[in-house]
Amino acid sequence: MNKKFFQKWIPPFLAAAIGLWFVVQLERPREETFAFSKFGGLPVIADGRLKPMDTLARDSLLQIDARQTLNLQPWLGWPKTPKTIPATEWLANVMMRGDTANRWPVFRLDNPDLITFLKLPGKDLARHEDGQHYSWDQIAPSFEALDRENTRVANVEAAHRDAYERAVLKAHDQLVLYASLQNTLQPQDAGDWKTQLADYQAMIPAGVAAVEAREAGKKYDQAVFNAFGNDLQEFDFMRQLGTPLVIPPENPPGQWQRMGAVLMDAAKGRPIPPMVTDYANLGAALRAGDADGFNSAVADLRALFIPAFSHALAHTRAEVFFNRMQPFYNAMIIYVLAGLLAIFSWFNLSETLRRCAVWLIALALFIHTTGLIYRIALQGRPPVTNLYSSAIFIGWGAVILGLVLEKFHKNGIGAVVASGIGFVTLIIAQNLALDGDTMEMMRAVLNNNFWLATHVVVVTLGYASTFVAGFLGLIYVLRGVFTRTLDAGTGRSLARMIYGIVCFATLFSFVGTVLGGIWADQSWGRFWGWDPKENGALIIVLWNALVLHMRWGGMIRERGLALAAIGGNIVTSWSWFGVNMLGIGLHSYGFTEAAFKWLSLFVASQLLFVALGSIPLRLWKSAA
Amino acid sequence: MKKAFDIFVKVLISLRLTVVLLAFAIIIVFVGTLAQVDEGLFRAQSQFFRQWLVFGLDLMGWKIPVILPGGYLIGVALLANLIAAHVYRFQFTVRKAGIQLAHAGVIVLLLGQLCTDMLARESVIQLFQGETKSWSESARQYELAFLSDAGSNAQNVVAIPAAALRSGAVIRNPNLPFTIRVERFWQNSSPAFRAPMLQNGPPAATNGVARNFDFQPTAPSTSMDDKNVPTALISILAGDGPLGDWVVSGWTGDDQMIQTVRESYTQQAGAQMAQKVIQQLTQPQSVVVGGRKFTFLMRPRRVYFPDDFSMTLLKATHNIYPGTDIPEHFQSLVRVKNPRSGEDRQVLIYMNAPLRYEGLTFYQYQMDAGQATLDAGRTPSSVFQVVHNPTWLTPYAGCVMVAMGLTIQFMFHLVGFMSKRKAK
Repeated sequence: MNKKFFQKWIPPFLAAAIGLWFVVQLERPREETFAFSKFGGLPVIADGRLKPMDTLARDSLLQIDARQTLNLQPWLGWPKTPKTIPATEWLANVMMRGDTANRWPVFRLDNPDLITFLKLPGKDLARHEDGQHYSWDQIAPSFEALDRENTRVANVEAAHRDAYERAVLKAHDQLVLYASLQNTLQPQDAGDWKTQLADYQAMIPAGVAAVEAREAGKKYDQAVFNAFGNDLQEFDFMRQLGTPLVIPPENPPGQWQRMGAVLMDAAKGRPIPPMVTDYANLGAALRAGDADGFNSAVADLRALFIPAFSHALAHTRAEVFFNRMQPFYNAMIIYVLAGLLAIFSWFNLSETLRRCAVWLIALALFIHTTGLIYRIALQGRPPVTNLYSSAIFIGWGAVILGLVLEKFHKNGIGAVVASGIGFVTLIIAQNLALDGDTMEMMRAVLNNNFWLATHVVVVTLGYASTFVAGFLGLIYVLRGVFTRTLDAGTGRSLARMIYGIVCFATLFSFVGTVLGGIWADQSWGRFWGWDPKENGALIIVLWNALVLHMRWGGMIRERGLALAAIGGNIVTSWSWFGVNMLGIGLHSYGFTEAAFKWLSLFVASQLLFVALGSIPLRLWKSAA
Repeated sequence: MKKAFDIFVKVLISLRLTVVLLAFAIIIVFVGTLAQVDEGLFRAQSQFFRQWLVFGLDLMGWKIPVILPGGYLIGVALLANLIAAHVYRFQFTVRKAGIQLAHAGVIVLLLGQLCTDMLARESVIQLFQGETKSWSESARQYELAFLSDAGSNAQNVVAIPAAALRSGAVIRNPNLPFTIRVERFWQNSSPAFRAPMLQNGPPAATNGVARNFDFQPTAPSTSMDDKNVPTALISILAGDGPLGDWVVSGWTGDDQMIQTVRESYTQQAGAQMAQKVIQQLTQPQSVVVGGRKFTFLMRPRRVYFPDDFSMTLLKATHNIYPGTDIPEHFQSLVRVKNPRSGEDRQVLIYMNAPLRYEGLTFYQYQMDAGQATLDAGRTPSSVFQVVHNPTWLTPYAGCVMVAMGLTIQFMFHLVGFMSKRKAK
């Protein structure tokens, strides 16, 4: 067999094998006892939208623990394997078996000052403390102190809060979120909820009579009055906590309701919907360790959604499948693999490796695109609606640009760009997903698909192409300084790629920015308001224009173009993330410690590369 | 002389000047963004963008002694550079048509923004459901208005912009039979109720609102959301001598600020007490000269609509996503009535769908409506941003020109590149 044969057949074979690995993962996990995945398919309304319990579980766990599965033994380090449970199992326990769930180390706290403030134990593996994960029960004694501290910090201006103060707010949010989950299906700490519910139902006539008698100044049964009042107080708390809405209306045009509201309405004579009892049965089965009872209660609950809410079930089924598919995570892994192959191909100049890389990128792009389209369909929105989806879309656009470059130049450079940016942007997206629901509802101003589809998409493509140019600049410098692979031809071809991409970037960032202005003019009556995000986008436009004019004027040539393109990375990352961290303006999404650290590191590294690229040419390996 | 002019032209049309200006533009935009953290958007804007030269920077506690060109200077210089290049350097060829179109588009944008900056006027109008108004109000500026009866339900209004009120200023107006002397003026102030049992200093004036309220000077605000509420101590002098001193304050004539005071007193002392305080705060102040009564107050500067057309809020709708307080949709149904043209129609104004009428554009801005408002016992209301901007279309034209120009140009490149590859 000759070399040609390998070149032709190994790449598709590899791609097919990895594709198969991806498809196999899509199968639903087999559950021998409790069908928590079926529980995960039940529809709820949270954050203003219909979603499956599965998404609620994953997003909540991400916000609380920064993971999608719960590690029950975080103190166990490698090589021991700690016990982990899926998000849905955790959620079911928080909602219906609090006494167990409240002992699980689910709250991830990173700020040492906050840990001290909450009087929590430090790292002590012998006592099963990893110094980062704490349970509800562990934090509970400090709730009051945290609440006071939270009130104080909330009054500090966002831009002036320090790391500890931001940690206080975050921990408070995490606890509030957890408490709302505890009160979603039954009162928190309800022991035997099924019995309590039945007692309450039976007590309603007597309870109402007692209340009425008391109001009329007549004799009433104090014991009944107290018990009834206690129940109502608990339900009112459930209603006020902003819990997810779990009870659908009898007929579709009506409003979904919170469990607490439905229970309170029962006191006014409204019938208690069967779903309430079924959820109580579900909880009782979970407490009793009765898997069959649990599974049949889930089946009963699902049956109640048919036929009026069949569409809701269809939507949640689709979303659960999407959650399991994890297209962006899987695409990210394949991009890494492809990137490594492509870099190796530079050195031994193996055409087989390069082709493997291209095939894998195509596969990852296919999965990436599937995920993107799936999201668009689930959400009924254009691809970019928030910072998270902008990361996914920037990666997507950059991968396509990289593949196009690879198609024309066939030298492995486009492949490295595609897989490199694809990987980095998807990592960023993974981290942004920690903030909660990534398919959040659009506020009134943004609630406009036309502008989301035009301004946002175009400006994001502008970001993507500026990053591609910057990445090409990095390749130019790194290959030139550290390897002998930057010959005259490669250098010229890189410079040509950079120039072409900068032109493209100028067009997209300009049009995108101006479209943003026009949107602002349509909604607020001002085309330009010097908002930080607007300014960030303007700087990208100005930078790209600057690079082009310097090139046209002969002020920079091949190397200068590469260095200037690296500068584009700084400018773009500033606009994409930096301005959001200022804590001011219309696009301020809050400041995260980690994001700031990474942005600073990124900017510093880019400056370093510019400095590296500025050393005299005779020190470059490629010049020797 | 000729030589100097030649050098000037050479510099003016040079690509290097473009590059330098673009670099300065990047710096000033960046600095102007950072400055917003401490200075607020409004101050940063006037300090860096609406400015010819910037002397010294003070960023996040760092003082940097530099002189930078401000936004105006960069904009005008870029404009001159572009126009000069068009006149002297660019030669029209088909191959360069795209580049020229794109640059012409940039000129349109820059010119348009310059015009907008000079010509555009913004104001707001707040309407409660059922209310009708034929004017909008400035969101930041105040005026001292003297109102007198002109018979048959009409009013004479003489408005003096707050900007003209400076300590020591003496103001005469042909339509007023008296002179106003400004004893003191504070750009920003805060009100304090002169509770009878507390140790108060002597009141600033013995007439009107000053008997019950003190208005203390406070530091001017820099934030976008807060506004400066001015207060002045004036004395009114007629031909035969002084008629007295009065305190006039934005706190007594601006509905928005009155509402703030009401909320704060409701929280502290209950609704009943708040009502009493507000009554004293908003009691009209007036003076009688020559048999005519003049009522005066410090109120947000009014902009009357052209042709005296009026606007009525019929219904304000505020939808939220279920189970959240995230706004999904605001919309206001209004009625526009124009006595001149006899027009009388209903219009729906909502986010991203403004009403353009008589050279004014009405944008849905803020809203207090929906279940929460009704539950709190408030009348639903809606606030519109009113913009008069004769050059609002320039960004649209500029954007299309640049986009087309760049696309044409890059197509040339791409086609050239492709055909070269084919030829290989």
